[in-house]
Amino acid sequence: MRQIWDIHGGIHPPENKHQSLGEKIQTAGIPSQLILPLSQHIGAPAAPVVNVGDRVLKGQLIAEAKGFVSAPVHAPSSGTVVAIEPRIIPHPSGMTAPCVIIETDNKDEWIAHKGLSDYTGETKETLLDIIRNAGIAGMGGAGFPSAVKLAGHPSKPIDTLIINGTECEPYITADDILMRERAEQIIAGVKILQYIVQPSEQTLIGVEDNKPEGIAALQAAAAGSNIEIVVFPTKYPSGGEKQLIQILTGREVPSGGLPADIGIVCQNIGTAVAIHRAIEFGEPLISRITTVTGNACQQPRNYETLLGTPVQYLLDKSGFDSSRCSRLVMGGPMMGYTLEDTATPIVKTSNCVLAPTRDELPAPPPAQACIRCGMCAEACPVSLLPQQMYWFSRAQEHDKLEEHNLFDCIECGACSYACPSNIPLVQYYRASKAEIRQAQQDKAKADRSKVRFEARKERIEQEEAEKEAKRKARLEAAKAKQASAAAGDSKADAIQAAIERSKAKKAAQEGGNAPTENASPENLDPAQAAIARAQAKRAGGEVDETSEQKTERLEKQVASTEKRLTAAQQKLTLAQEQGDDKVAAFATAVEKTQAKLDSSRQELEAHLASLKSAAPAEPPQAELDPAQAAIARAMAAREAQANLSETDKLQQNVSSLETRIAKAEQKLAQAKEQGAETVGVLEDSLAKLQDKLADARQQLENHNLESQS
Amino acid sequence: MALLKISSPHAHGPMSTAKVMRLVILATLPGILALTWFFGFGTLSNILWASISALAFEALALKFRSRPIGFYLNDCSALVTAVLLGIALPPASPIWLILVGTGFAILICKQLYGGMGYNPFNPAMAAYVMLLISFPVEMTTWLQPFDGGVMGNSALLGPIEALQHSLGLGSVDAVTAATPLDILKQNSSATLAELWQQTPQFGQYAGIGWEWANAGFLLGGAYLLYRRVFTWHAPLSMLIALSVMAALFYDGGSSNSGGSPLFHLFSGATMLGAFFIVTDPVTSAVSNRGRVVYGALIGILVYLIRSWGNYPDAIAFSVMLMNFAAPLIDHYTQPRTYGHKKSAKESN
Amino acid sequence: MIEFLTEHGFISALIALVSLGLVFGALLGFASVKFKTEGDPITDQIESLLPQTQCGQCGYPGCRPYAEAIAGGDEINKCPPGGETTIAALSDLLGVEAKPLDAAEENIPSVAFIREDECIGCTKCIQACPVDAILGSAKHMHTVIASECTGCDLCVEPCPVDCIEMRPIATTLQTWHWPKPTPAEDIIASDRDPNRAVA
Repeated sequence: MRQIWDIHGGIHPPENKHQSLGEKIQTAGIPSQLILPLSQHIGAPAAPVVNVGDRVLKGQLIAEAKGFVSAPVHAPSSGTVVAIEPRIIPHPSGMTAPCVIIETDNKDEWIAHKGLSDYTGETKETLLDIIRNAGIAGMGGAGFPSAVKLAGHPSKPIDTLIINGTECEPYITADDILMRERAEQIIAGVKILQYIVQPSEQTLIGVEDNKPEGIAALQAAAAGSNIEIVVFPTKYPSGGEKQLIQILTGREVPSGGLPADIGIVCQNIGTAVAIHRAIEFGEPLISRITTVTGNACQQPRNYETLLGTPVQYLLDKSGFDSSRCSRLVMGGPMMGYTLEDTATPIVKTSNCVLAPTRDELPAPPPAQACIRCGMCAEACPVSLLPQQMYWFSRAQEHDKLEEHNLFDCIECGACSYACPSNIPLVQYYRASKAEIRQAQQDKAKADRSKVRFEARKERIEQEEAEKEAKRKARLEAAKAKQASAAAGDSKADAIQAAIERSKAKKAAQEGGNAPTENASPENLDPAQAAIARAQAKRAGGEVDETSEQKTERLEKQVASTEKRLTAAQQKLTLAQEQGDDKVAAFATAVEKTQAKLDSSRQELEAHLASLKSAAPAEPPQAELDPAQAAIARAMAAREAQANLSETDKLQQNVSSLETRIAKAEQKLAQAKEQGAETVGVLEDSLAKLQDKLADARQQLENHNLESQS
Repeated sequence: MALLKISSPHAHGPMSTAKVMRLVILATLPGILALTWFFGFGTLSNILWASISALAFEALALKFRSRPIGFYLNDCSALVTAVLLGIALPPASPIWLILVGTGFAILICKQLYGGMGYNPFNPAMAAYVMLLISFPVEMTTWLQPFDGGVMGNSALLGPIEALQHSLGLGSVDAVTAATPLDILKQNSSATLAELWQQTPQFGQYAGIGWEWANAGFLLGGAYLLYRRVFTWHAPLSMLIALSVMAALFYDGGSSNSGGSPLFHLFSGATMLGAFFIVTDPVTSAVSNRGRVVYGALIGILVYLIRSWGNYPDAIAFSVMLMNFAAPLIDHYTQPRTYGHKKSAKESN
Repeated sequence: MIEFLTEHGFISALIALVSLGLVFGALLGFASVKFKTEGDPITDQIESLLPQTQCGQCGYPGCRPYAEAIAGGDEINKCPPGGETTIAALSDLLGVEAKPLDAAEENIPSVAFIREDECIGCTKCIQACPVDAILGSAKHMHTVIASECTGCDLCVEPCPVDCIEMRPIATTLQTWHWPKPTPAEDIIASDRDPNRAVA
């Protein structure tokens, strides 16, 4: 007799397995609609490869694996893809996730498929590919893609292959009935697994002693092979992977590690059968054995169920009386989760649908105070101190929780089962685990935000410094320019040059050392040039204003006024866009500037006219004329544009606001129709837009009035 | 059909807190029976008054704390406190003593800390200690046990007499006597053998009545162990520690002897303490390893106080002292979790 | 000398005290130089507990300045994004009493969302974002990098066309978890009846 080990703790809840073992496995049949979630496994969801309206055949790939830890999905029967949309999936949250929905045609037409006649001739990789492409994921409950688990790692040699036929949860008999009826398939699958994994020491099938018929069938099928059926006393939760490993080998999977770390690979017997069918017949995973049981079902039994079958369909087949049932559990009573909707489909991991009556599994009574009796610690299969963790969880002491190895909790529910005060301990641990994970994520995000914030601060400071440097440079340049002439306008370069020359002459006449400095201005570096210009300016400033200089001054005045006008107009536009209350102020500013510009322009024109009439033959005149004319033209055009654009802009503004309001109204109407939550927001923004429009119209009117007067 | 959304597990075990408490009360019956047989109905009158007053105090406190009264009275925890206190007090104690005791236990030691589950000290023992310190005379006068007429005392308190006595009515004059633990403590000259010969109430091993009362509590404790209400760790380690201490200082039964291990095991409140006080989960260590340490330290303290302290019995003091130490013990005795190296915790 | 000291007790005491003062003063002075710490470790610790949303709801321009202010003695309850959790952590660190949050309510974790067809590309939100989590350039549509957004809502105000809204972070299958049960034993009558508030 092989030595078996004991696990710490454990409980003995009523087994309730006999109810569903009265009949043989029945084929559930083909429901009219199959709902296939894209994520029936642990890892990345599969990506659909069919489109709505496509006809699919039984076994056809409808969604392919995305990434290494993922599994594809196949059509369980032939039919038409009618939708790819979010549906409620089997998950404790009761939330929706993308599903492929197939309307079946009852023809159950297979796609061409072929198995391997002799897998022993194939490489391990080929077989793993077949398993991966068949979409096989752990069928015991977790749904980890089997190919990933079996691929292993060269640095971790496997000595023991364990097949889990424990099925320690009460009520569930899917594995039991599989052992009774399909022991040969199980053994065939285990042999394939042996071939892939090549365990160096042993292959064990662990079964609890409450399944004598299944054990006998397995033993008969395994006769003559090196597969050993190990029977051990029934105790919940021996079927947990880590617990089974401890029972069969006495070894413990290190915390946070995998069985492979200690040379063990563990697979469920359901998975073994699926692998057998994939290799020998080329069939992907499209159906599984699901127990439908509970006293609210008149005929509890096991079904060979197509994946995607709605739970309601199975319940109907079992004579489900909804009036007696207050909760529907997917999985067993210890670790299963409640379903809120009977349209939820069966997926790869759905081993049981439990429909208990109210007396069978009564609603939990209110929790009492923890009396630290320690029954939970006695029951815990991983030797935690549940009641301590309960106090820490309530007090949000995350450090203490981690110190007490919260993350080693397998959420088996033994502590909650044993608790005399009815405290939902497992729920506390689940919530705390999530809280801790959330806190870690928040911390990581906060650190990232900090880095980004600091990087931004640094960047802004740098930009600021650069701007400052530029401003200084500009200031310097402006000073230099001012120094070079009374006119700083770049448009009058030609005149400037002329004036400079004349000034230089004057300076040369007055100052003794000026000519040497002015002799070759191009050779001087900018600073010296600036000095020179400054000196020239000082020299020039001493003489009376000549007519050229007056032209220059006036021109400069006009130019700068123009600049100010443009700036003021920009501000005005901006203010209008923002619906600023300063619009009026800006508008008057623009007008004033305009007036000033007009007057300076008139002055300039008058001056130019007087110059023309007084001294038509003066030397600068020839140089001045074309430039002056150009400036005058440009100014006239700008003035026209400025006048035009003000009205225009106001009108444009009004019209754009009108279109935006129309759009917003449309949106609002739509939102109202759909009863969306955004109605309020949209109404607000519409009101704002209307206010703005009123403002803009007022402005336009004012402007029109002004221009008329 | 509105389907519930509940976190697993959906099944629940048969045990409930009220059931645990009722089992504990049930298990005290053999001991109470023995006490009644040998000391008369005084213990029962204690328990009666204690139960009534404890429930009343509990209800009062719950009312002041705005908690649902029925829900909390149903958990029977106040009743357990009352029964334990009633057993621990000298039989047919005056009613005012009992009222002070239960009031202190329920109002101050339990409800003031937040009710069941939150009390740092065992309420019954805290109340006992308080009474012992405040009213030493009343607390140390035990009735003389019924010995079949050996000591010429066959007038045990009947039910009516016991109630009258506790109410201070009538002229019932109960015969009081020192307990064996007292006598042993006072002894300085006689060897144990002489002492046993001189003093008839030493009985066979540990005192007439006492040995049977302890045997009764042992029986009750064994029943609770069988029903898995608590684990063997704390009581057994306490009894073993006490025996070892007694054996170490037995001194061959000389006049300096502290008494034989058997005497210590079956005298005073040893068994009551071991199975009903030490096992009080709320105030003890939480892990099994911790409970071994906790129990052993109580056993050692009991012997130390019995032999060298000022009080003849020491269960209450020892338990109280170790209640203080329980969190510390917990800190150092966290069990090794599955998949963790043995020394991982110790190195922290 | 000794005679003098014994005769004049007052002077000897004075000398003893002064010399002691000198010795310890020197010791302290040495220690302050020898064990000088760069920066302010407590500020760093405080900052590491703040959620780094940089939202300025505490009245300081960012988390670092608030951390400095706390180190300087400011209240610890001014951080709405951190909420009770942050207050508890800070009170643990600083050994001060936890206070209720000094704001109407805790911020619901949310991210900014730009309604892109309304965005005029003014870049104002980009300038406002403290963590550079908004992408875009002038006259081009902007968008929020949701994974980097801290939900500080500083970008909402500057938007000239009000096209930014704060959307609560939706629960997904990955983030969903069982809520912590309400301890039934803590339910008291006054909890159920808000009118019966205890003064």
